Amino acid sequence: MERNLTHIALFAALIAVLGLIPKIDLAAGVPITAQSLGIMLCGTVLGAKRGALAVVLFLALVALGLPLLAGGRGGLGVFAGPSVGYLVGFPIAAFVAGWIMERTSLATAVAATAASVIGGIGVLYVFGIIGMSVMLDKTLSEAAFLGMAYLPGDVVKAVIAGLVTQSLARMRPASLLSRA
Amino acid sequence: MLTLTSPVDAWAHRFRAGAKLAALAVVTTGLFLIKTPLPLTIAVATTVVLYASCGAIFASAGLRLLRPLWPFILIVGLWHLWTGELAAGAAVLLRMIAAVALANFVTMTTRLSDMLDIFQRLARPLQVFGLSPRLIGLAVALVIRFIPVMLERVTLITQSWSARSVRRPRWRVLVPATLAALDDADRVAEALRARGGAG
Repeated sequence: MERNLTHIALFAALIAVLGLIPKIDLAAGVPITAQSLGIMLCGTVLGAKRGALAVVLFLALVALGLPLLAGGRGGLGVFAGPSVGYLVGFPIAAFVAGWIMERTSLATAVAATAASVIGGIGVLYVFGIIGMSVMLDKTLSEAAFLGMAYLPGDVVKAVIAGLVTQSLARMRPASLLSRA
Repeated sequence: MLTLTSPVDAWAHRFRAGAKLAALAVVTTGLFLIKTPLPLTIAVATTVVLYASCGAIFASAGLRLLRPLWPFILIVGLWHLWTGELAAGAAVLLRMIAAVALANFVTMTTRLSDMLDIFQRLARPLQVFGLSPRLIGLAVALVIRFIPVMLERVTLITQSWSARSVRRPRWRVLVPATLAALDDADRVAEALRARGGAG
């Protein structure tokens, strides 16, 4: 009970911290924030349920009025803006990534990268694109065109999520709750 | 850590948080039902008056919060100039600005503790799943407490890497940072249990 609570809370904090560290530090020359990487890690490390709850907790803090989204955004306004689909998709992306992680017997790095691509990109983009299409009154294909701008950065992040998850599994096998 | 609540003491701070949230929900639903630009222009104008009534410092802070919207304004604006559907484009942009600005207004005039009270009250039905309001409050407090702790640790990890290597650490800082988060989670869980548990 306590352990579940603290894991969820600490990973919610991790998502926030990843949104606050400078963009450029992550990979050579690609200006990306690490926030969606945090979403992927929640799934691949904590597993489906705990991962999704950590993301929900993070979003609750954003809604409470803390500027924790990348770029210092926050408050209720972000839930009324055009990117709301991505916010709705965040916990579901973490859940799907965790679910895949729990059910494959592939090598950790491969499984975590695949889970991050399917959950953190595939599922997340479906929600994000539907959200933009509704909020900006565009067709789905027009909204999808807008959403593709983030694809290269997100693929890099999925690979990094896979590498980080694998390193954690090697250093401390018990720490990977998704595979426990 | 700083919240988005405005330190400027405006009249709207004195309204009850629940009333402001309920009004926001009604108005936002209304905005999405309106399809023509004229009533939406009135909505934006009313929002501007609302911000202006709280003073210049408050209004400029509110304007800063709208800055992330400009890429959308640019893209949607250009798109509708190109297709010629100007009225539809104006409606989309006016609705977006009004909806986001009004939601920000509620955030800016409501204290974090009041907002948390509302959240805990709204989450009361979740108690059947074992999610008590007390547990939610504890989780929120833990996150707020650990964000600065983790930020400082990421800085420390980056510095100690730089002391040993001329190359930049990049994503590799994430491994010790995540591991430390997992360790902290275990220790805090033990500490909570030693003090009578979280439930």
